[in-house]
Amino acid sequence: MSDWTSPKFDRSIGLKKRILIAAVVVILMTFAAYAALFVAPTESKMGTIQRIFYLHAPSGMVALLSFFVCFVGNLAYVFTRKPKWDWLGVSAAEVGMAFCTVLIITGPIWAHPVWGIWWTWDARLTLTFVLWLLYTSYLLLRTLVEDPDRRALISAIYGIFAFLDVPLVYGSIRWWRTQHPQPVIMGGAGSGLEPTMRKVFWFWFLNLVILMIFLIRERYALEAMRGEVQSIEREAEAT
Amino acid sequence: MTPNFPPTGIRFDNIDKRYGGLYALRRISLEISAGECVAFAGRNGSGKTTLLRIAARLARPSSGTVHFLDGSGGKAETTPAGFVAHATMVYDELTAEENLLLFARLQGIAQPTARAATLLAEVGLLERRNSLVRTFSRGMRQRVAIARALLNEPAVILLDEPTTGLDPQGANWFAQTVRQLRDSGRTILMSLHGESEVSALATRAIRLDAGAVVADTRTGANFRSILAFANA
Amino acid sequence: MALLSNTAALLGKELRTEFRSRELLTTTVVFILTIVVLFSFTFDPSVSESRRFGPGLLWLAFLFAASLMLQPCFLREQTNDTLGALRLSVSDAFAIFLAKLAANTLFLLFAQVLLLPVFSILYNVPILAAFPQLVLVMFMGSLGLSVTGTALSAISAQARMRELLLPLLLLPLLTPVLIASTEATAALLVPNPIMPWNWLGFLLAFDVVFLTALWLFGEYLLEE
Repeated sequence: MSDWTSPKFDRSIGLKKRILIAAVVVILMTFAAYAALFVAPTESKMGTIQRIFYLHAPSGMVALLSFFVCFVGNLAYVFTRKPKWDWLGVSAAEVGMAFCTVLIITGPIWAHPVWGIWWTWDARLTLTFVLWLLYTSYLLLRTLVEDPDRRALISAIYGIFAFLDVPLVYGSIRWWRTQHPQPVIMGGAGSGLEPTMRKVFWFWFLNLVILMIFLIRERYALEAMRGEVQSIEREAEAT
Repeated sequence: MTPNFPPTGIRFDNIDKRYGGLYALRRISLEISAGECVAFAGRNGSGKTTLLRIAARLARPSSGTVHFLDGSGGKAETTPAGFVAHATMVYDELTAEENLLLFARLQGIAQPTARAATLLAEVGLLERRNSLVRTFSRGMRQRVAIARALLNEPAVILLDEPTTGLDPQGANWFAQTVRQLRDSGRTILMSLHGESEVSALATRAIRLDAGAVVADTRTGANFRSILAFANA
Repeated sequence: MALLSNTAALLGKELRTEFRSRELLTTTVVFILTIVVLFSFTFDPSVSESRRFGPGLLWLAFLFAASLMLQPCFLREQTNDTLGALRLSVSDAFAIFLAKLAANTLFLLFAQVLLLPVFSILYNVPILAAFPQLVLVMFMGSLGLSVTGTALSAISAQARMRELLLPLLLLPLLTPVLIASTEATAALLVPNPIMPWNWLGFLLAFDVVFLTALWLFGEYLLEE
């Protein structure tokens, strides 16, 4: 199997196959939507609006997973200095941001009809918001450094710092919450879910992971192409 | 200055330095013999500063290696090179003596106070030892910079356009200093803009253009022509 | 050990420089004071509200002040390329970071301890009962601010828009410090103060994590 991180690998997949994979993702998401809307039983206390939970909770988990992939890419770049890890880092960060945004939007959509409030500073939402800020800074930092090698190194180190902060942010919010209790939106993942609900939940999680991989892959291909154009430019200049 | 260092040469082996899409240096391979005084000439952006910073180990090459060599051509363990640039690399908010003491302590030099005093005397700044560098003229700052560079008695001296901004008196003093350093057997690399008192001290001249070596007196090029067209 | 002696020498330089000009300390103290006063205009500080909001406002002020005070940290080493001189002279680049973060911690702590009595008066909060403990909390909090702030100062010094960038990079990262320090401070400002060992332990963990990260990756930040 050729090097999945090489830009040339992408062209070997071919446009047709990529469209096919995208179609599969769309079909899976359609199944997931159907499952969330019709297969899962209605929650007794909160009604239909609770179904957004199947999008909300797994999004958070996948966002975190994405940022972990970014972290791995950052570490790998610092030690190997190969551009492909920088491409992976920025791709995973952007996809993570997308899932973060989904979480931040679905939270209030769910909270308002049920609790009458738009926002609450529970551990998960607060962590997500801080993550959103941290990785916005990561992406912003990248636009402010011009030399590609410098940019990759600097943002990788910041990315490492940002991810190391995640457990600390979560821990401090949890502890703080024990002293200042806040309403918790949607409870823990899978807590108190009856079996069908649980199946739908994990089905959504699986789908979103597949979606995440697909999006990262596509974004990576774009970044790899940019990188390749740049190295062609360098070689042209050298001769 | 009694020589207290082993004769040291330098080998640059296929040095590349890239900044993103730009090549500052391309496939530079050079051998500098111990005791040579080499003048690097070239336009702005030709790579002179980058090459010197790589030799000083301030910058890392994108590929290739640079080594210091002992008398027999093997790799040498030697003190870091003395580096003087057009930035003074000393603290404006400290006195001349405090600056030298700081760098002497950082480098683990024995009897830092005595060494600082010796160097200040040699560069003619002993009376101004307790003045803040901020109050110094350009020429005086350059003297502090040289004192700093010589703290650890380096075998190799790197000078990056050091006469920039010096008046004729300062440039003259500088040339005397370089002559002394050369005659004491140190290996000197200096980047220059053109012919001057300082360039006349060189035993070899190399011209860089767009990051590559285009002329070298060792391979037969003409000394004066390398320097004369430096600003072309 | 070379690392310690280098750090000591560099710390001496940082302190000497600052005591000669006192620029950083003066501006930091005045800035914190300004924020504390401005905050008091935004709500009516009856006694119970002061106790509730006071610690949080105080630490917010410290955070903002730190994100400004830390900007020149590596920028001022660029003017004469003194950073280059340091890199040529020290064997372990970590000494440069250690010295700077030690100096920054001391500066922040100094400003905070100076302002604590002022804060106590303006917000009617009793500090004498637990003053030494408060100083300990401020020290741990300042350490957290400095470790991350010094590292990020080295990062932002290499980017454009660095004045805006440092607060942007730093403030979200400091969420745990803000929470822990605020809670620890609040625990000491009640009528029967109890020592907030759990939050202090948390701050210690924060410091250890980022100090380790700085030790591992700091030298790469100084590369050319």
